[in-house]
Amino acid sequence: MRTGMIARKLGMTRVFTAEGQHVPVTVLQVDNCQVVAQRTEETDGYTALQLGVGQIKVKNVTQPMRGHFAKAKVEPKRKLVEFRVDADALVDVGAEITVDHFAIGQKVDVTGTTIGKGFAGAMKRHNFGGLRATHGVSVSHRSHGSTGGRQDPGKTFKNKKMAGHMGDVRVTTQNLTVVQTDVERGLLLVKGAIPGAEGGFVLVRDAVKRKAPEGLPFPAALRQPKSE
Amino acid sequence: MNVLQKFEAEQVEKLLAERGVPEFGPGDTLRVSVKVVEGERERVQAFEGVCIARKNAGINSSFTVRKISYGEGVERIFPLYSPRITAIDVVRRGAVRRAKLYYLRGRTGKAARIAEKAQPIGEAAARKAANKQ
Repeated sequence: MRTGMIARKLGMTRVFTAEGQHVPVTVLQVDNCQVVAQRTEETDGYTALQLGVGQIKVKNVTQPMRGHFAKAKVEPKRKLVEFRVDADALVDVGAEITVDHFAIGQKVDVTGTTIGKGFAGAMKRHNFGGLRATHGVSVSHRSHGSTGGRQDPGKTFKNKKMAGHMGDVRVTTQNLTVVQTDVERGLLLVKGAIPGAEGGFVLVRDAVKRKAPEGLPFPAALRQPKSE
Repeated sequence: MNVLQKFEAEQVEKLLAERGVPEFGPGDTLRVSVKVVEGERERVQAFEGVCIARKNAGINSSFTVRKISYGEGVERIFPLYSPRITAIDVVRRGAVRRAKLYYLRGRTGKAARIAEKAQPIGEAAARKAANKQ
């Protein structure tokens, strides 16, 4: 299993293909994605890569985290995420992963945190129909109505759909197609919508339910050091 | 300009390089040549009518063309930068005082006419051309 990547969701736009087809895409930006730490079987009991992305002022980084970044010899990162990988897919600490890690046409899974809706009613949260507008209904037009039986079962079943907190949950959208990559600016264009608000961080991984295409960079697409 | 806007502007530039967009506005009669796929082969079909609206939104810009086909009003919304459109020709320039000509929907025949825009001729035309440069 290869590592994934951390990206920032910039927003949606459209792209026209050469045949004239219009493709709705979400633009993701990968800003200086570097390996900050490795987790290995001997030391941690599992293998993973800790990646960091973005910039953050040093004064806003806690002392322990400064030490962590110093050990890896990387600039402080805004967002750190661990990705489970196979032992042979480990990448050296400090290496920068570029967006051509994902091939055009490849399927990916994107994980994000959906926009929080706060305490939402049953109509918004579960698509209930609500009550009638007239025929004697008063005050409770948007209520959920009955929630259970009579003396038997004598209770409301667990997990009954009711009003409550909606959104702000971690959601993975599977099998999205990579439309375009731009290594220079770190842009990744993925077909379709992606959970989360614009400006939020999302995780991009190879699709688990699809066979990866041949010729993907393994263990990862790394930025070649300039003029060395 | 943020990264997303810059990306969109580049896309527009690239599409503009392939096919320019003439100057036109609501009230103008246009002939839009659209690529149509018929089974295996592809041909160009013209759609001629009055432009009743324009939407300016970067790469999402579009325009609406209305015509009366066999007595039935037909409206088509074209994405301005779509590569499926091979050409946009202005047939006639109309003089209108609205940005959106949705009032044409309720009218047919004589009531739906649009006066032709007065074009500068002679000296005035020369002056206008000079101003443009």
